Amino acid sequence: MEFITVTQSLFEGFAITCLLFVLTLLFSLPLGLLISFCTMSKIKAIKGVFKVLVWVIRGVPLMLQLFIVYYLPGMLSPMGINPFGKIDNYLYFNVGIDNGGALLATLIAFVINYAAYFSEIFRGGIEAIPKGQYEAGQVLGLTKNQIFKQIVLMQVVKHILAPISNEVITLVKDTALARVIGVIEIIKVADMFASKAIIWPLFYAGAFYLVFVGLLTILFNYFEKKLSYYKV
Amino acid sequence: MAFLEVKNLYKNFGETKVLKGVSFEMERGEVFSVIGSSGNGKTTLLRCLNFLELADEGSITVDGEVIFPFAENAKKKALPKKRLTFGMVFQNFNLFPQYTALENVTLAMNVKSKNELKGMKFFDPQRKRLLKEKQAQNEAEAKLLLARVGLENKMDNYPCELSGGQQQRVAIARALALSPDILCFDEPTSALDPELTGEVLKVIKQLRDEGRTMIIVTHEMEFARNVSDKIIFMSDGVIEEMGPPEQLFEAPQSEKTKAFFNGYTTEVEK
Repeated sequence: MEFITVTQSLFEGFAITCLLFVLTLLFSLPLGLLISFCTMSKIKAIKGVFKVLVWVIRGVPLMLQLFIVYYLPGMLSPMGINPFGKIDNYLYFNVGIDNGGALLATLIAFVINYAAYFSEIFRGGIEAIPKGQYEAGQVLGLTKNQIFKQIVLMQVVKHILAPISNEVITLVKDTALARVIGVIEIIKVADMFASKAIIWPLFYAGAFYLVFVGLLTILFNYFEKKLSYYKV
Repeated sequence: MAFLEVKNLYKNFGETKVLKGVSFEMERGEVFSVIGSSGNGKTTLLRCLNFLELADEGSITVDGEVIFPFAENAKKKALPKKRLTFGMVFQNFNLFPQYTALENVTLAMNVKSKNELKGMKFFDPQRKRLLKEKQAQNEAEAKLLLARVGLENKMDNYPCELSGGQQQRVAIARALALSPDILCFDEPTSALDPELTGEVLKVIKQLRDEGRTMIIVTHEMEFARNVSDKIIFMSDGVIEEMGPPEQLFEAPQSEKTKAFFNGYTTEVEK
């Protein structure tokens, strides 16, 4: 009986974990590509600003960034009201998600943080493409955009698949940090059992992560195999 | 007026002066070989013709039309199109590794076909039909090109599955795909093992017999002698001597040319 209740509660927490994971990837991957273009920009000012930005984001603990995103707007607002608190009520009444504001704050912090990491991976991947590939496209009359889309991008994907899979797997577990600002994800749920002196749900929660990461590993191996038909 | 007129090309890389006033003329259907020691501007000359580098000074005229320098405002947009006057075959092939031999050849053709349909709405069924037709045409054409370089059995292979000589032949077919007026070769056999050089040179010879206009930068002296109408000997960023192969190989006028060929023959005798 107790096992079924715990499993059910953990699944509810895990749904939030998954939601955070999917949304973070959805926004941080394109944003990361954009940032990587900025850090490779020929305009020195843009390049400088984004290099510093990436340094700051990668240099400060993610947990601290969660606090900053969640509390700073409230501290800066003249009335001292945390805007995320309002979203709490809205999401609770409309969708039934507890602490929706905290969830949104987490999402913003995660997207920025992961975009910074992804941007460096993209940069490495793009810079690894030999100049000759661009030149071959140029002499065939292709424009810059066409060269990137038709020639470079696929090769970049192959280069970056392994480091990206690393980050993605790290993200699965980083979602557990969201509890520090009140997001009720799977570890938080397990922790609530622990505070009632039932410890084993914490270990049980670990199995959820293991299975999820296992599935992701299979998925990435599949992609890698799909791209192994050619060598760069 | 000659088909290609290159006048007074200058190119500096920072402090280094690589081209110091290169001028020559060639007629349609002629084959020129550019020889000389490394670092004397041969490759830079080809790259300036293809606009991979933009010359600092000078002009390039093809068939009476000045294609360089560009008109002030048309600079960026017209560049991809202007490049198509020249085709380029690189020293290290630069094939696209994720595409098959056939796809390497059709890629630029298909992009061009898409550009030609730009006027039509994207979801127009007419556009889709026309595009399909064109793509089929492109594929048929590409297959002919690959057959001409002797690769009819390798069309569906990826570059990593081909030998260096085969890769270079795909690269030649790819350069021919957009039917450039003038085909440039930048040391096409320098990255190849000696036993693979022959098959590439054979293809180039065959193109000469078809009447292609070509400029070949090469270190293969015998080949240059056999295939070219004229030989350009470059030294220190200028054309030191230019003329029919017999003249340069047997009775060079300039001291530098003599020294170069002396060095070359002793090299062979060794």
